[in-house]
Amino acid sequence: MECLIGIQGKDFVLVATDTVSARSVVAMKDDHDKMYKLSDSLLMAVCGEAGDSIQFSEYIAKNVQLYKMKNGYELSTHAAANFTRRNMAESLRSPRSHLVNLLIAGYDNEQGPSLYFLDYLASLNKLPFAIHGYGSLFALSIMDKYYQKDLDFDGAKDLLMKCINEIQKRFIVNLGKFRLRIVDKNGIQDKGTIAPQPIIAA
Amino acid sequence: MALADVCGFKLNEDFGNDYSFGTLPTVNDALKASLNFTVPAGVNLQSDVYSAFNDDSNNVKIHFEHGTTTLAFKYQNGVIVAVDSRATMGPSIESQNVKKVIEINPYLLGTMAGGAADCMFWERVLARQCRIYELRNKERISVAAASKLLANIVYDYKGMGLSMGTMIIGWDKKGPGLYYVDSDGDRLSNYVFSAGSGSVYAYGVIDSGYKWDLSDQEAYELGKRGIYHATHRDAYSGGIVSLYHMKQTGWEKISMTDVTDLHYQYAAEKEKARK
Repeated sequence: MECLIGIQGKDFVLVATDTVSARSVVAMKDDHDKMYKLSDSLLMAVCGEAGDSIQFSEYIAKNVQLYKMKNGYELSTHAAANFTRRNMAESLRSPRSHLVNLLIAGYDNEQGPSLYFLDYLASLNKLPFAIHGYGSLFALSIMDKYYQKDLDFDGAKDLLMKCINEIQKRFIVNLGKFRLRIVDKNGIQDKGTIAPQPIIAA
Repeated sequence: MALADVCGFKLNEDFGNDYSFGTLPTVNDALKASLNFTVPAGVNLQSDVYSAFNDDSNNVKIHFEHGTTTLAFKYQNGVIVAVDSRATMGPSIESQNVKKVIEINPYLLGTMAGGAADCMFWERVLARQCRIYELRNKERISVAAASKLLANIVYDYKGMGLSMGTMIIGWDKKGPGLYYVDSDGDRLSNYVFSAGSGSVYAYGVIDSGYKWDLSDQEAYELGKRGIYHATHRDAYSGGIVSLYHMKQTGWEKISMTDVTDLHYQYAAEKEKARK
């Protein structure tokens, strides 16, 4: 039921997640933060199995920080994504695996902005835009139609709004507000939360 | 182990190890063993426990005590905790006098929903860990840290059949604290929580009457109301409403009220208001 959305723009990556924390039929929290800061310019959005999502992302976050302490320089986005993938692939073949879906967004000086899509079967893809969850059924086609290279922030936010509004209109579950963050050369920035504006049928 | 070491006690000196031949394991042994539960060789605990619970062809049938309503909410003067007292096993009521608020220490409370034994045991383990923290650090553990300890423990046993939905309530340097921890390994913080089979009914009443600047009396009344209405609709909840108030000075037990008395009291009030 959860929804993670990532859009790569010209010199940034925009990440948006829903804010509902649900147990069976109950929404226990409506301001849940599903994003984890891995380093100054690495952001990870997580959804999936309760418990795993917290424990796995904290494990990855701490190890990315440990790498920086050991080596004096940070993992690139590509390296962090592959490190995460490998950990997940190994846990997948252990008695108890971590069943989580991830988006990894980052900015480094070599590659610029980049967005990685990692699902619970540990398949990793570098994509210009990505959606996890049922929201993807409704919003991927919108992304395909309207996505352009080199979007600026307003352009990316407009595209995001199109997706969120469609999800709100057609998806049976109310995902509430979406939390927005971007990663660019200045690091991770909070862009607040946005509420979907229902599309009025003509 | 650690607590005993800190206090300078020596346990089972005569026998050398704790499970010597001829001695019965004690609660103390169980608490010590909880740090490193051992599993028999050749057993896959996760899949075996899963089939014991879910496989119809399996002769082993485990039925835990289930069915509860517990609730807690923060407001201007602290945190209110209210719980029912009924224990059921399948269709039968096993007890109407269960204590579902676990007094971890004077500044921490835990609530019990799901497996009674799981909650009671692991919150006792938590109580010990919190005490050790106090002795080592010369200050009380924060609510965030205490709830994280419990969440980490139950996460280690994920998929092995633990069943608990608990709230950890306390007061620390940051003020009132309220966390929800369950056996999936989830740990959330919020202003209002309810757990157990009656939680959906309790949420309805609490959400509709909740505001931050409730007076003490209003807050107590709302807590009681939440549990009462849940016991009215949920067959697996009932008995007595226990009400606690977490303050800066620690928790205080406010009241124990039979839901039957509440039923007639509320009915009379409703009748009176109509006239």
